[in-house]
Amino acid sequence: MSADSYKLRSRLRGLTDSLVTVLAILATLVVVAPLAAIFGYLIYKGASSLNLAFFMQIPRPEGEVGGGMANAIVGSGVLLGLASLIGIPLGIGGGIFLAEFGRGTKLANAVRFTADVLNGVPSIVMGLAIYSLIVSVHSPLIPFSGHFSAFSGGVALGIMMIPTVCRTTEEMLLMVPKAVREAALGLGVPNWRSVVSITLKTASPGVITGCMLAFARVAGETAPLLFTALGNVYMSANLNDPIDALPLRIYVYAISPYDDQHRLAWGGALVLIALIVLAVSLVRYVTSRGVLKGAS
Amino acid sequence: MGVGIEVSSLNAWYGSNHTLQDINLNIPANHATALIGPSGCGKSTFVRCLNRMHETNPVARVTGVVRIGDLDIYSDAKPVEIRRRVGMVFQRPNPFPTMSIYDNVAAGLKLNGYTSRRALDEIVERSLKNSALWDEVKDDLKKKSGASLSGGQQQRLCIARALAVDPEVLLMDEPASALDPVSTSKIEDLIFQLKSQYTIVIVTHNMQQAARVAEKTGFFLNGRMVEFDSTHKIFTNPSDKRTEDYITGRFG
Repeated sequence: MSADSYKLRSRLRGLTDSLVTVLAILATLVVVAPLAAIFGYLIYKGASSLNLAFFMQIPRPEGEVGGGMANAIVGSGVLLGLASLIGIPLGIGGGIFLAEFGRGTKLANAVRFTADVLNGVPSIVMGLAIYSLIVSVHSPLIPFSGHFSAFSGGVALGIMMIPTVCRTTEEMLLMVPKAVREAALGLGVPNWRSVVSITLKTASPGVITGCMLAFARVAGETAPLLFTALGNVYMSANLNDPIDALPLRIYVYAISPYDDQHRLAWGGALVLIALIVLAVSLVRYVTSRGVLKGAS
Repeated sequence: MGVGIEVSSLNAWYGSNHTLQDINLNIPANHATALIGPSGCGKSTFVRCLNRMHETNPVARVTGVVRIGDLDIYSDAKPVEIRRRVGMVFQRPNPFPTMSIYDNVAAGLKLNGYTSRRALDEIVERSLKNSALWDEVKDDLKKKSGASLSGGQQQRLCIARALAVDPEVLLMDEPASALDPVSTSKIEDLIFQLKSQYTIVIVTHNMQQAARVAEKTGFFLNGRMVEFDSTHKIFTNPSDKRTEDYITGRFG
């Protein structure tokens, strides 16, 4: 090969390199831009509505100016707490079964398939299902049944969390190197103990990320709550009563004819996003030190 | 104290692959025994049969009798109990990545429900001293993660972890093959010291290593044990032609 052609090739290579780098940077900007725009617009529209009353007061009667979303914030907390109590343990348990105990069995394949289908079920359908299973039946066997309730809303959100938590747990457990499992077995540790204390612990950063993703996803869900939790303009934390939630309140206010309610809806959207970011950061912070040390 | 191992008519399979064929041998107590042979000859499978790790693979199968001390490991006890008496060190250092140095060493005891703080402290210190790692890590036992150590230190940590559950036999599956020469020589020194207290079985690709640390050596080829004798005899005057060909470097 002559020196000239070598020079040309090396130049071309340099050019391709810069071109690909520029494309990658552009792609990143395109991905980040909408996110930044949403945040920016939310802060622009919502920040002015946030005052002490927003966090301390419940909604005023129609047409009256002022009031807040205290009941919706509390309601979202109750619903998400209940959903997490249902979705996270069941999801992690299912993931452990898929990755560790049921690997290759027909049952495991069926569970995996079901989880994937469940993940694709539209959230409004989930709401309908819970409506017909809990809200519309009157049975002493089903707790809080027969009427709209915080319980039914929490169950709907909890079930929606299961597939995400389950499948991430499975994938994260499968990523734990075989050498680590063998190390535990080689010490005479029973299999179940090794799964819980070694494999799950090693996989915990990924499992926690999965839980957070599922949590953040259902935190903004409105549809499954429409005919389960229903919404409530009064303060309530009772599982047996209808309860308000931030997405529900935003929905109601956003389509209302009153300007002041539009203003509050923007504030609610901002608070909802801020609370999700806060919750996720808090979990990350707590798990990166203290009890679950080494998890991240 | 270590105990002897008697193996008779041991056969092992991976699926339809007959990886160990009719192995018979007696491994003496409180000595180091080396197993050599080319890759895929079955020596790793063999040591994995001695603590019933082989059967953790769902397609694996074993027949035959293995006695460790007075225990017939395939009929008298559960795998979990056997693995507490027969420790294992693997080819690649595999400390638990989320645990501190201290917790790595204590893991075997803690996970088996042993929780006395003071006794654990003592056992951790003794095990780390026995694995010649204590002086290097004593200041940050609970601060540093096991994964933050160098490869050679990690392997000695794994040895300490195996020693902490007080086994009678220590199986080592190519314990130095992923390490640099300095770390390798530390591991060899360690084997030399440990064999007064434990029965050691070491699989190795490195024939000089076998010659340096072991009193007895077995040569494996294609799933069979070709020859088992004193290390000196195997390396100077083997009775089987195939052993001679292997140790003189004609194949493998």
